[in-house]
Amino acid sequence: MNYTSQKSLTYNPSLTRNIGNKSLTIISALFAIISVLPLILVISYVLIKGGSYINFDTLILEPEPPGDDLLSAGGIGPAITGTIIMGVIASIISIPIGVGGGIYLAEYSKSGKFAKFIRFGSNVLAGVPSIIAGVFIYAIIVSTKILFGSMFSGIAGGISLSILMLPTIIKTTDEALKLVPNDMRRAAFGVGASKFTMITNITLPAAFSSISTGVLLALARAAGETAPLIFTALFSRYYITSFDDLFYEMGSLSVLIYNFALEPYEAQNQLAWAASFILVIVLLTLNILSRWIGTLGAFSKNKV
Amino acid sequence: MDKATTSKFLLRTRPTSEKMIDVGFKNIVVAMASMVAVVLFSIFAVVYYESTESISRYGLRFLFSSAWNPVTDEYGAFTAIYGTLFTSIASLLIAIPLGVGTAIFITENIIPEYIRNTIGIMVELLAAIPSVVLGLWAVFIMEPFIRPFLNIIYELFGFIPFFSTQPLGAGMMPAILILVVMILPIITSISKDSLKQVPSKLRQAAYGIGASRWTTIIKVIIPAAISGITGGVLLALGRAMGETMAVTMIIGNSNNFSWSIFAPSYTISSMLANQFGEADGSQVSSLMYAALILMILTLLVNVFAQWIVKKLSLKYQ
Repeated sequence: MNYTSQKSLTYNPSLTRNIGNKSLTIISALFAIISVLPLILVISYVLIKGGSYINFDTLILEPEPPGDDLLSAGGIGPAITGTIIMGVIASIISIPIGVGGGIYLAEYSKSGKFAKFIRFGSNVLAGVPSIIAGVFIYAIIVSTKILFGSMFSGIAGGISLSILMLPTIIKTTDEALKLVPNDMRRAAFGVGASKFTMITNITLPAAFSSISTGVLLALARAAGETAPLIFTALFSRYYITSFDDLFYEMGSLSVLIYNFALEPYEAQNQLAWAASFILVIVLLTLNILSRWIGTLGAFSKNKV
Repeated sequence: MDKATTSKFLLRTRPTSEKMIDVGFKNIVVAMASMVAVVLFSIFAVVYYESTESISRYGLRFLFSSAWNPVTDEYGAFTAIYGTLFTSIASLLIAIPLGVGTAIFITENIIPEYIRNTIGIMVELLAAIPSVVLGLWAVFIMEPFIRPFLNIIYELFGFIPFFSTQPLGAGMMPAILILVVMILPIITSISKDSLKQVPSKLRQAAYGIGASRWTTIIKVIIPAAISGITGGVLLALGRAMGETMAVTMIIGNSNNFSWSIFAPSYTISSMLANQFGEADGSQVSSLMYAALILMILTLLVNVFAQWIVKKLSLKYQ
């Protein structure tokens, strides 16, 4: 029949639709390569360039003032401890509040007006630029000297970081608790547990791995933030030696990178690269760890 | 039955302490949830309160003047507002095709799944790189690398106002490119998630009536996922407008208005990062005014994003 020779069922690569299909596939593959390229470039530069400046002294010493010594800029020790301390302060504030808020949203008011408003609010808070958190803390804590008369301090820096962590923790706690099957709640009530016992002994442990994923991701984001710290914690070249030092300026890896990258001295720039190496390694580890923990839980998102 | 046996089967009544713990716990978590609202409102209230002096002095003139002179106390944020809007929208225009294209590539069954998953994870890890590290990379590696290419554009198209100054280092164009790197992961991962949620029945139906792969993607899959994609794009826009560190390090920080994308410029957030530490008096209040404008802009974008996701999302049973 003539019909079959005209409209063959075999694949014909020169048809317009097949050419169009192929070219669009190639374009999307190209886009994917372009999107991955920055990660590979940034990571390899940070690892190679930053890694080459890492040695024991760099990790331990205090940074020296720019321009004092053109050959060596000291180390990033105080910045590492500063980042850890401010991360801990931010976690102490934001984890209880965030998990508590998430418990309220998921366990007490699933779709009430107030819960809707809080969900909306935490989405909006997540979208507030990080520098605004810094400006806010500057206005209410630093410029008013409300913390026992201290101005720029590690505590103020930690508080401003906690504002950034809060929405992420609330959201992940809310979502993690919602994935816990209602049967478990009913079973707990059925054997006579109070709501408090049900939440603390049944649903929170069941959602633990998903919640820790969110907490780790929030912490990773906070540890890399610079903008909220540049006028709350400022920067310091010295190790903290006592509890009182929390109320004074505190250095951090991210602010060290910002300050030293813009210095005209080679030694300081190298220190910025070394600090980026440590920061990126820590943040990538936190991210990969949180992914791994996320796959452990019985009701984690990755399994459902 | 004697008393001992009946008491065994009596219903246990809750002790008052247990009830109090229950009520107390509820009150505590309600208070914690309210903290979100408290923080959000106080951020607005504080930024507004601190900027009232400048708002009453300059009014809307602040938005259209590019004067920034602490000596004569004359302030206007036009350059910074223009810079914020221009850099974020330009970076979005570059990042949308890249991000959505990547998302399609890693949700379609084109190459083996483990490669697609690897690409997906790599793009998401890009979001984990702090912006100050991207800034460092942009200053020392990217900007020197792209400068010759920008120079070629300047020599060929210098008569167009957008390319009319010679690229000499920091400027708007490198800032746009680093913003693209920062918002790509957001667009890609949210588009990927919403593309994955499109029911496979829609795809099978399209294939069944003879549609090719890309006809299916363009006419069926993308329209079905458009709410998530739009939401992701708007979220990325909000992030780009508020992004501070990388932009501050590479945009050149100049308040002189220029049409050229090769000239140094300003964004609101980089202006804050640069000047807030040393500012006093009416300059603080003017910076707070700029911060308020930035907050309102990002708030509008975020609320619009949430609204559009609700409005456009198709419900599949």
